Amino acid sequence: MTYLIKGETGDWEVVIGMEVHAQVIANSKLFSGAATNFGAEPNSQVSIVDAAMPGMLPVPNEHVVAQAIKTGLGLNSKINHTSVFERKNYFYPDLPQGYQISQFEHPIVGEGVIEIDLPDGSTKEIGITRLHLEQDAGKSVHDQHPSKSFVDLNRSGCALMEIVSEPDIRSPEEAVAYLSKIRMILRYLETCDGNMDEGSMRADVNISVRKLGDELGTRAEIKNVNSLKAVQQAIDYEVPRQIEIIEDGGKVVQETRLWDPAKNETRSMRSKEEAQDYRYFPDPDLLPLHVSQEQIDEIKAALPELPDQKKHRFMGAFGLSLYDASVLIAERERAQYFETAANGNDAKLTANWVINELLGALNKDENKAITQSPVSAEHIGALTALISDNTISGKIAKDVFAEMYKTGKKPADIVEEKGLKQVTDTGAIETIIDEVIAENPDNVAAYKGGKDKLFGFFVGQVMKKSQGKANPAAVNELLKAKLS
Amino acid sequence: MTNLTNLTITEALKGLESKDFSAVELTQAHIDAMGKAKGLNAFITETPEAALEQAATSDKRRANGTAGALEGIPIAMKDLFCTEGVQTTAGSHILEGFVPPYESTVSQKLKDAGTISLGKTNLDEFAMGSSNTTSHFGNVINPWKRQNDDADLVPGGSSGGSSAAVAARMAMGATGTDTGGSIRQPAAFTGIVGMKPTYGRCSRWGVVAFASSLDHPGPFARTVKDCALMLEAMSGHDPKDATSANIAVPNFAAALTGDIKGMKIGIPKEFRMDGMPTEIEKLWEQGISWLKDAGAEPVDISLPHTQYALPVYYVIAPAEASSNLARYDGVRYGLRVNGDGQTLEEMYFKTRSQGFGEEVKRRIMIGTYVLSAGYYDAYYRKAQRVRRLILEDFEKAFEVCDTILTPTAPSAAFAIGENEDDPIKMYLNDIFTVTANLAGLPAISVPGGLDSQGLPLGLQIIGKAWDEETVLRVGGVIENAVDFKAVPKGI
Repeated sequence: MTYLIKGETGDWEVVIGMEVHAQVIANSKLFSGAATNFGAEPNSQVSIVDAAMPGMLPVPNEHVVAQAIKTGLGLNSKINHTSVFERKNYFYPDLPQGYQISQFEHPIVGEGVIEIDLPDGSTKEIGITRLHLEQDAGKSVHDQHPSKSFVDLNRSGCALMEIVSEPDIRSPEEAVAYLSKIRMILRYLETCDGNMDEGSMRADVNISVRKLGDELGTRAEIKNVNSLKAVQQAIDYEVPRQIEIIEDGGKVVQETRLWDPAKNETRSMRSKEEAQDYRYFPDPDLLPLHVSQEQIDEIKAALPELPDQKKHRFMGAFGLSLYDASVLIAERERAQYFETAANGNDAKLTANWVINELLGALNKDENKAITQSPVSAEHIGALTALISDNTISGKIAKDVFAEMYKTGKKPADIVEEKGLKQVTDTGAIETIIDEVIAENPDNVAAYKGGKDKLFGFFVGQVMKKSQGKANPAAVNELLKAKLS
Repeated sequence: MTNLTNLTITEALKGLESKDFSAVELTQAHIDAMGKAKGLNAFITETPEAALEQAATSDKRRANGTAGALEGIPIAMKDLFCTEGVQTTAGSHILEGFVPPYESTVSQKLKDAGTISLGKTNLDEFAMGSSNTTSHFGNVINPWKRQNDDADLVPGGSSGGSSAAVAARMAMGATGTDTGGSIRQPAAFTGIVGMKPTYGRCSRWGVVAFASSLDHPGPFARTVKDCALMLEAMSGHDPKDATSANIAVPNFAAALTGDIKGMKIGIPKEFRMDGMPTEIEKLWEQGISWLKDAGAEPVDISLPHTQYALPVYYVIAPAEASSNLARYDGVRYGLRVNGDGQTLEEMYFKTRSQGFGEEVKRRIMIGTYVLSAGYYDAYYRKAQRVRRLILEDFEKAFEVCDTILTPTAPSAAFAIGENEDDPIKMYLNDIFTVTANLAGLPAISVPGGLDSQGLPLGLQIIGKAWDEETVLRVGGVIENAVDFKAVPKGI
């Protein structure tokens, strides 16, 4: 399904590429031993290297390098055996060195491809151009003093991975799906926590428009797009803006624009002409970074199962639908929970209970994560087992689940305490059926006269009388016999 | 004990060991010499009290039997090495008053070996210069004078304070850094020995950076053996410097066997420059014949890209410097000059305009230019390619020779003010030394004699990477042959 925007002069296609900045999970910074905890006291996690004291030198953090390789492998991308750290030169108070150490001509990870899942159940491949390592800058604080700005260098020198996509994205939905998938992969790999609220994952969105089949249009780079919602909104704002400019006979300016979530608009930061000359050159303090095939193979062998692999396995081995599988693999912990619950049980039934009941309940309960669930995976599994072996009906199970959620008790105990065991004794059910038939002679006559639909009425009455405990299959069978 | 300052490090170590004198006495003698030679302006910061305290502790260590390899030896530290609790300026106004809370690896290693630091020596601002006339803290004056001429001469640069201090017997040894010749040329100008080891041999951690890929810490001393002792103490792998090599440090002094029989000494024809002073030519011939006499065999070699070395150097070094010096922005340490409008740009502009001198600004401008969009390929990238060719020249040459002999500098020390009108003329001082920096190879300058005006001249020996030992051995042979006894006037 092609996403096209109707303009006055015809249909417009949207072309999007994304640059995702992901802070690497590591105990220390890219080139120094300083700590990297979020929310620490300002300037409490700054080494003399991060503060760029005279004579200080960067030393690459091997763990961070391994994390980048792991991420590259998770993105199905080529790992470059040799990469080069370069200096990106510019002046700013929160950049103590006067340059950011980054990778430019020779990144550590080259081309790759990932699969994104779209809301209509289809998938699409998006190309990865590269992933490179770079230092984060510090933070300038302008609201603490009437005339002075403060600088917090805690973040200065933290390792970032910049993941650049090909301009393969064609709609806001695809952009959201892309960012979600990247975040999911990084979380599975435990190379980035993906917390966009804390700024440990940030996105720049490159947007252009063109008529179908035309050359690529001039793009604007939208910065500060820091949530999935903002991705959607920024594109929804930027695309009509560009179309309007072109249809009014103007030209889109190649520029960097800032997304303002408060005003719900993008606005110009700097044009190409104002763009800085960063004077990139290989950092002479650092030798080229060499990564051996052995090292890559070692990391590859230790990779966890990735979201897409898991998704396909859930569909194949458990017979889950694409939708159910996609929901379950969205978080590593969720998938883990499901697998524990489904162990030895009806997987499809378990998936239904996890997705519909548990996730629904968690959602209503302050949007809790599955790791905070009051119902353990083992208990959900036990509940589906009770349904499967006809101990309780699905309907009763919902009541049992509500009690489980409230108390954390075992389903069997709840069933026992409340006497919710299903009645499968045909004698007892027959007695109830006889009562119902006796109480409703008119409906019996109508049913026998051809009103088949009334069958449901009888089932309902029987279930009601049994307080829901009668086995529905037995009820059906016995009713049919009695009424024929 | 009037002659304590005339001792070599080797002699002083013997004297200390046999209790002829104490480290305190030795240190005091040098502090007295510093007082007498204040006019040379060799030091930016003198630390006599701390030195005497260190000397007292040193005497205790020796008495305890825990003496280091250079226990009790008073040395001078180029003011480019960060020293904990002692002002470190890099010869620049922008760092005036900066007191590092940390100690450079090399100065720490020298401390650990038992040396006593007398203070921080003057240098060209950020080590940019060949005459020590660009320091914010004034010119250093060479202790040597021409015969019948009282003009103040330059001590060479950039490590001119260190070379002057060692030549004038204010220190027994000193540290320097050599980016294009900044140890070897001052050593030649002041009649002492100076050595630049292989790139990666001495850690750069804590050394204020000029041009990272070319900066080499190294020692000064008055004999080759003393130099070897200093170098050994300064060397070794440092995990804090990613360009530091994890290679074992040999006993350098043990390499001074004097035996160079059968050794092939390369004589590069490209170093015979047009207009080279005949005295320099004569010195070189003399050096060749000394080595021949000792049994070595001179071989003609070619280093075809030599003529490009200086232009390549003056692209790469300023490029790196322009970026390395960006951190001096007035935000965190050193000089800050606020503008009237209190804007950030104004603060940057005023701080850097007033904090840096002319030569530093010139190189920042050149470096910024060669790295800028549209010029990068033509200058920086091309320079890096030629640098590679220069290294390959050496690799080829070393297939047929063991070391290379050249003059150290194209002239003897010149007077302060000479060569100042034209930066290019000043840059030519590095013409024989700069190739070894571009290739990262070990090289030494040893005194080769005096010119007709009574000024010292130096001979340079360049070796294979990691083969400082052969360089020192050949240097030792020249030292023996020259038997250099001359001392600067007034010492």
